[in-house]
Amino acid sequence: MEKTGSNRTNNQVLSTEDFLEIGGHRLQSRFILGSGKYSPNLIEAAVHQGGAEMVTVAVRRANTKDSENIMNYIPDGVILLPNTSGARDAREAVRIARLARELGCGDFIKIEIMKDSKYLLPDNAETVKATEVLAQEGFVVMPYMYPDLYIARDLVSAGAATIMPLAAPIGSNRGLVTGEFIQILVEEIDLPVIVDAGIGSPSQACEAMEMGCAAVMANTAIATAGHIATMASAFGKAIAAGRQAYLSGLGRVLQRGACASDPLTGFLYND
Amino acid sequence: MAYLPQMEQIESDVMARVLEEMHNYDAGRYTESDVMAALRKPSCSIENLKALLSSAATPYLEAMAKRAHDETQKHFGNTVYLFTPLYIANYCENHCVYCGFNATNKIRRLRLNKEQMEREMQIIAESGIEEVLLLTGESPTASDVAYIGEACQLARRYFRMVGLEIYPVNTEEYRYLRECGADYVTVFQETYDSDLYETLHLRGPKRVWPYRFEAQERALMGGMRGVGFSALFGLGDFRRDALATALHAYFLQQKYPHGEVSLSCPRIRPTATDQHFASQNVSEKDLCQIICAYRIFMPYAGITVSTRESATFRRGIVKIAATKLSAGVSTGIGDHEEKYTDAVIEDANAVGDAQFEISDSRSLQEVYDDLSVDGLQPVLNDYLYV
Repeated sequence: MEKTGSNRTNNQVLSTEDFLEIGGHRLQSRFILGSGKYSPNLIEAAVHQGGAEMVTVAVRRANTKDSENIMNYIPDGVILLPNTSGARDAREAVRIARLARELGCGDFIKIEIMKDSKYLLPDNAETVKATEVLAQEGFVVMPYMYPDLYIARDLVSAGAATIMPLAAPIGSNRGLVTGEFIQILVEEIDLPVIVDAGIGSPSQACEAMEMGCAAVMANTAIATAGHIATMASAFGKAIAAGRQAYLSGLGRVLQRGACASDPLTGFLYND
Repeated sequence: MAYLPQMEQIESDVMARVLEEMHNYDAGRYTESDVMAALRKPSCSIENLKALLSSAATPYLEAMAKRAHDETQKHFGNTVYLFTPLYIANYCENHCVYCGFNATNKIRRLRLNKEQMEREMQIIAESGIEEVLLLTGESPTASDVAYIGEACQLARRYFRMVGLEIYPVNTEEYRYLRECGADYVTVFQETYDSDLYETLHLRGPKRVWPYRFEAQERALMGGMRGVGFSALFGLGDFRRDALATALHAYFLQQKYPHGEVSLSCPRIRPTATDQHFASQNVSEKDLCQIICAYRIFMPYAGITVSTRESATFRRGIVKIAATKLSAGVSTGIGDHEEKYTDAVIEDANAVGDAQFEISDSRSLQEVYDDLSVDGLQPVLNDYLYV
């Protein structure tokens, strides 16, 4: 499993040396594409133009009828990341995950548990419970969570493969509203930190990557764009650029004002 | 009218809160600057909603539509859900002056038996529909809860999502229907003006306005996953009815955060036995204003527009704010085979009369294709029964 923080090397700045490893898979692309809010016909173009190697699919959209089944629109070669959206507690999430496996979606599972129909905020406590059960059953568990350090640690203990904190309320396109807390997770948690919800533009995705996040997931921002496939392409490039900037080591950033040219402690060195 | 003995009374402050806001609502008090302020704010307060529903907002309909569109996109993307209603019985014990099922109307009454229901469901399912809304007339005698439960169990076999639009029942009865496979419950309050309501609902258990008001709360208490709300626009002052409908849903969602809430927005339609009922005029522009205000106030709520409206209106409003459409609709009883296939039903007694005339008779395929042409993503089902 990769460490996102301190172990970067100059070699990794070269993109071919840098990959994201999750559940035994090595991903060159750090762009995870959502598929829920636009026409399945556009998924393939978005995947290709965005360079995404992992695509999320809501199990509840995996219909029995071929014509409606979103699974039929996922191109070969990409990793399916089924999610448990619709689950209101750990029991329902576990049930949906097992269904996903039965449907042939593989062992990856993104846990989404929401008890609030208004903001769709994740229920962290139930998410930990579901992670524990599913990790024991051999799933590669990627939990969507509110960025809370203690919960993140519990998720590590429960066997999560990554953690997926939200940047802002889902669908809000507001960017890194929880950025300070995600930064703490990046520093403290020894798992890939994948920013999940609220990213509204390529520049915000780039910023998340510059912070040291391992990957970015986007759905609404792409689904509501004027041109879906080219917006996916823009996201793919921004995420790659942010990653490269992170690996390159960002220059010094001044918090406020300019740096005084005469040092304040200069008087100490007058003699 | 007082609660009847069999009607459950619950402890809840939702009704008092809705009525207080509605009674204090003076739509004429709002100005264009109130409307502009409401549109500038990132979130919409109750006061903002009142401005958006006022006549001062009429010149800002395009700006409201743009804002509503943006909110819809954020929360629903391009998806639009499709379903069809299935009327299983049209017996009714109520005397609602505007309704085709009115107990005094001389129409062909029918209650589908199990075989007839299953045949209807098979035909609907074959058309591709995956979500069905089961409806009855309001007769607890002719269509009792056990009968409706049986219909839910059957529907579960053919559809992935089952909604109910039936007479209001008690919490334990909703729990039973949930166990039988129902997912959500919609109840039309008709009008939130309880005095006017009594003049429109002359006889029958439906006269008990507060028992009807509390139906959605009892449904959530009984474990239903979602609840739908609606006034029937044209019965009373539509601005006040729209405000009360939105607040009814808003306060209940606050109290039951897991509950999925949705809003319908029917205007009154002519019926086959049109009585001498003079409805208030609610124009398509008025309706559009209501729907935009709903969306801006509750961006997360589903909004359903039925075939009471024309295909042109529905194609337009779904690009702005509606997220759910009915398709392939019949409001009669037992006539899907005739409408969905070329079959001719010669036995007149095998079919019951319709509740109201529909304006949009497009089939599922036609609605599906039109949405696709318009750049939207029709979704036949987005639900997993767990």
